[in-house]
Amino acid sequence: MKKTDVIIIGAGPVGLFAIHQLGIKGLSCEIIDNLDKAGGQCIELYPDKPIYDIPALPECSGKSLTENLLKQVKVFKSNFHLNEKVIELKDIEGNWQVKTNKGKFFLAPNIIIAGGVGSFEPRKFAPKECEKFENKSLFYSVKDKKIFEGKAVTIFGGGDSALDWAVELSKNSKVNLVHRRDEFRGAQATVDQVKELEKSGKINVFTKFQLNKVNGSNEIESIDIKHDNNEIKNIETDYLLGFFGLIMQLGPIANWGLNIDKKTIQVDTEKFETNQKGIYAIGDICSYPGKLKLILSGFHEGALAARACFKLARPNEKYRFEFTTTSSNLLKRLGKKSD
Amino acid sequence: MHTCPIFFYLYIKYMAKITFINHSGEKKTIEIENGLTVMEGAIQNNISEILADCGGSMACATCHVYIDENWQDKVGKAEDAEQDMLDMAFKPQKNSRLSCQIIVSDELNGLIVTTPEQQT
Repeated sequence: MKKTDVIIIGAGPVGLFAIHQLGIKGLSCEIIDNLDKAGGQCIELYPDKPIYDIPALPECSGKSLTENLLKQVKVFKSNFHLNEKVIELKDIEGNWQVKTNKGKFFLAPNIIIAGGVGSFEPRKFAPKECEKFENKSLFYSVKDKKIFEGKAVTIFGGGDSALDWAVELSKNSKVNLVHRRDEFRGAQATVDQVKELEKSGKINVFTKFQLNKVNGSNEIESIDIKHDNNEIKNIETDYLLGFFGLIMQLGPIANWGLNIDKKTIQVDTEKFETNQKGIYAIGDICSYPGKLKLILSGFHEGALAARACFKLARPNEKYRFEFTTTSSNLLKRLGKKSD
Repeated sequence: MHTCPIFFYLYIKYMAKITFINHSGEKKTIEIENGLTVMEGAIQNNISEILADCGGSMACATCHVYIDENWQDKVGKAEDAEQDMLDMAFKPQKNSRLSCQIIVSDELNGLIVTTPEQQT
């Protein structure tokens, strides 16, 4: 079990800046995120969309914002536990014990939840019978492409994942690509590639169609797809792949005895503390009168929560507010030389 | 704009009636202030079928609604970025829109939308 001052759940922009605010106060932290990289929604949902409302940054992208935040907190050498999900939170004599799905344990007096709207899970197909084929012949990501060799694979979706896999799998499989409209939102170069492969008969493209029904008992035998004009087509296929992006699920956070309303955690506006002492919620996941779901609000919330963390992590020390411009203490922690 | 304070008050409080019909056919009519989005009005009025996880940044498709056929022209069509997001919605249809992209005005007073069986 690893002991630390603060455990941050969620490595989105707000969780990342919390590292900074804790770091300059001399507090250590461990940061855990379900995704395989830091950045949260910024990196997963809109890496290339421009953001215009970060103070003093007239324009940035989700990706560049994340990169800059990572650069800003690098000096604090915090441990990132990516691809990892907190599954349990327990009170152990006034400290919080966190258990992850990889079996790691952490202990800290403070927990900062910066979880956005929860963890990202793939969006699923609508028909109910899809569930029984899941992870057998129906997938929402590709882990081992070899299983598709020589088989018929039907891919649903109109974004980069769907198009990239259609192109890739068409080399060794019979590929059908189904999308709900004529326009694809993936990169134009890949769209063109798919169109070429369609012409040469390597990929069958069905647009304005959606999945209506999956036929088969243990294995998928065929599927019915339905056109916008209600026409039904039957396609024989061995595998189904769905790429409908990700959805955020609150997940285990809902079971930690926190005051949750409409998927957000109620906090006070002094410490951003929840109804549990030492557990704070900042960023999109917290709620209080006047809450704005802006990145800048999350930064402010993190700064105040970090101050509250100091009091629990260093009960015998006096907290003194300092500025990075003048404090030699802070400059030292930031790895800068003071004059 | 009226300068008389009473008229001014009426002006700023102008609301449109919007009806939400859920998957089981239950109807709820709420009043949404002009200028807000249909999503914001739904959240304020506890329309539980609208989740709006991303808070209106067109990044989640969990405020998906179907526009009543008599209202489709007035509400208008989704722009490209919204269509991209609708690709990910649960059971999108031709009359699908994201309610965070529909701004309430006098024009939309009486609007009827249906919510999908689920948002995720």
